[in-house]
Amino acid sequence: MKKETQNSQPADRRRVISLLVDNQNGVLARVSSLFCRRGFNIDSLTVSATNDPAVSRITIATHGKDQEIEQLILQTERLEVARQVFELNADNSLQRELLLLKVACTTANRAEMREIASIYNSKIIDLSPDSMVFELTGKPEKINAFLKMFEGYQVLELCRTGVTALERGGKHQHMQKPPQEVRAAQLPLPGTHCPTP
Amino acid sequence: MLLTGAQIFVEVLVEQGVDTIFGYPGGAVLNIYDELYKNSDRIQNVLTAHEQGAAHAADGYARATGRTGVVLATSGPGATNLVTGIATAFMDSVPMVAFTGNVATSLIGRDSFQEAYIEGITMPITKHNYTVRKVEDLADTMRSAFRIAQSGRKGPVLVDIPKDVTANKCEFTPKAPELIRTVTQVDEQQAKEAAEMINQAQRPIVYFGGGVRSAAGCQPLRDLLIKAGMPATHTLMAAGVLGYGEPHNLGMLGMHGSFAANKAIAEADLVLAVGTRFSDRVALNPDTFASRARIIQIDIDPSEMGKNVDVDLCIAGDAAYVLQAILPHVNKTEHKLWMEQIRSWQKVDYRPQDSETELRPHQLIDELCRQAGPEAVYVTDVGQHQMWAAQYLHHTKSRGFLTSGGLGTMGFGYGAAIGAQMALGRDQRVIMLTGDGSFHMNLNEACTAVSYHLPIITVIFNNSVLGMVRQWQTSFYDGRYSATDPHRHTDFVKLAEGFGLKGYRATNPAQFREALADAMKQDGPTWIDCRIGKDERVLPMIPGGGDINDIIME
Repeated sequence: MKKETQNSQPADRRRVISLLVDNQNGVLARVSSLFCRRGFNIDSLTVSATNDPAVSRITIATHGKDQEIEQLILQTERLEVARQVFELNADNSLQRELLLLKVACTTANRAEMREIASIYNSKIIDLSPDSMVFELTGKPEKINAFLKMFEGYQVLELCRTGVTALERGGKHQHMQKPPQEVRAAQLPLPGTHCPTP
Repeated sequence: MLLTGAQIFVEVLVEQGVDTIFGYPGGAVLNIYDELYKNSDRIQNVLTAHEQGAAHAADGYARATGRTGVVLATSGPGATNLVTGIATAFMDSVPMVAFTGNVATSLIGRDSFQEAYIEGITMPITKHNYTVRKVEDLADTMRSAFRIAQSGRKGPVLVDIPKDVTANKCEFTPKAPELIRTVTQVDEQQAKEAAEMINQAQRPIVYFGGGVRSAAGCQPLRDLLIKAGMPATHTLMAAGVLGYGEPHNLGMLGMHGSFAANKAIAEADLVLAVGTRFSDRVALNPDTFASRARIIQIDIDPSEMGKNVDVDLCIAGDAAYVLQAILPHVNKTEHKLWMEQIRSWQKVDYRPQDSETELRPHQLIDELCRQAGPEAVYVTDVGQHQMWAAQYLHHTKSRGFLTSGGLGTMGFGYGAAIGAQMALGRDQRVIMLTGDGSFHMNLNEACTAVSYHLPIITVIFNNSVLGMVRQWQTSFYDGRYSATDPHRHTDFVKLAEGFGLKGYRATNPAQFREALADAMKQDGPTWIDCRIGKDERVLPMIPGGGDINDIIME
């Protein structure tokens, strides 16, 4: 939050934000309405269950400058349904995405596609006379690279789940909001009520 | 005990210390209104002309007292009519709980009669909102709503209650109201750092906003100003926190702030921003705002830190507690040279010319201050009159100036004045300042003031045009007065008679003096139609995106 000159701003890069939120209906609407209103860009968003049935995890892939990401986190924390909001450090987190890819094929090019798949450890989960469906799990970068290999082929359809992510190691986030301090309702500080001069 | 949802509704309101609500009945809230009828000795429902007026009244009630305002409306149009009022409260961080009825849960989602998805509609303009789907959840949901409205940065919360929930029964256990949650602890290291920055500064200034009014108290601010010998300037939302004529008070900052205050911010080497959000009406150009200064920001809402303007040190917390923590580390000093410099800017500040024959806005307001006095609560609508009120009223009460700042809601005033008068009692003098444009929006609430015998005096700054927009057209659109001259022929004196209240007309200072003196003697509502020139402007003015170098003084 220190003053920075315009040109020392770090460039946009891919960021992953994890939100632990109350598992109740309308939560996704609240989060997405906030992002829409504040003009935050989202590359992907996933919602999933956690080990606590009262908590859902929303994982957001986005990009932006430090200050923008900080605003995104602070604004999201203001939501009543938000318990914890934090950025996952790229070096210290596990990020995975699932891809399903349907490609047109002939008996002639089936073998070369199988070879690409085996190098990437991708499974072939459907085969028909004129198409194949590949399944691949990996970091977004790996999926991008895999897709690049298919640029010369006729891709019929594809679907990516968006990033889901966890921090490495034994550390885990508390599912609860940090405790708030309590002050008696509407009592002014001793001796600090506003006198009328 | 086994109670219906409607009975629980009343019990929880009483439990939360609510004795007055503002509302309008309808099909979906019939059960609730039936229960309010039976409990009219415990809770008074103030019936307004329109739900928007009720929402502004609940807002005015909260602004005038610091307590949570409560508004109740029926489903569909009743609920959507609250929207402007809720958004107004949200932008100015006013604690308010809005209750809406809804169609029965079995009818939700079927486009039933008077159904609106108010939870979705108000999501972006509330701190939080709820739809209560079963009666068992009603009491705790209402309690949470009151807690959220008053906790941290205050704001509106909406609770939508389907009709069957108000009819169904469940076991009810009374509970004491929860304590409100706020940030009372301060990082000692940060407090020391802030004090050190203040001690080092040669030209320090405090710039404070509505957060100070909402904080636990404003005495620590005054103590700091005296000890550190610092001047202070405030936003529209904080008018009255420091009294008129207090030596450290430079008055309002920003687009229509004083030259001296804007100049002082531009020249300062340290700005202590307290409970304020560097909005585009103050930090008109975020890149050049206080460009010579290091900035310390104190705010209860961490998301405000550096949101609009880059700051050097931010401290999250209740302004009163943070300032109290900083105070012991601040050296006692006086910034004589700096204050002298500021006094010299004040000498060349904008001064409007007096007139004996014509009504001029600043003279109207002077006369108001003379007759209504410092203890009156002043409420405004939005536009030129609002800025004149901010500039010329002798603000002395922390909660004595109620105005829609963030959203800038024309039509806010009459509802808010009703709320303030209901909250403070009929013995409190409440003055409403409005323009003919704003007043035409919601003057229907005059009937409410008549019903409840509220002695609200309304001063209409009538220039027969939409003055603020017209002023911009004069300055920036070569006088092309598009849609700002409505050619209305409203006779406010006759209109007053029609409503059953007393109206006056004033075209010169002497008439106004007499009319106001007479209005002060009335038991019921009155208004004074004050004819001012259509070319009256609000000055000084810094155009949007500009800075002190762009200030217009004549």
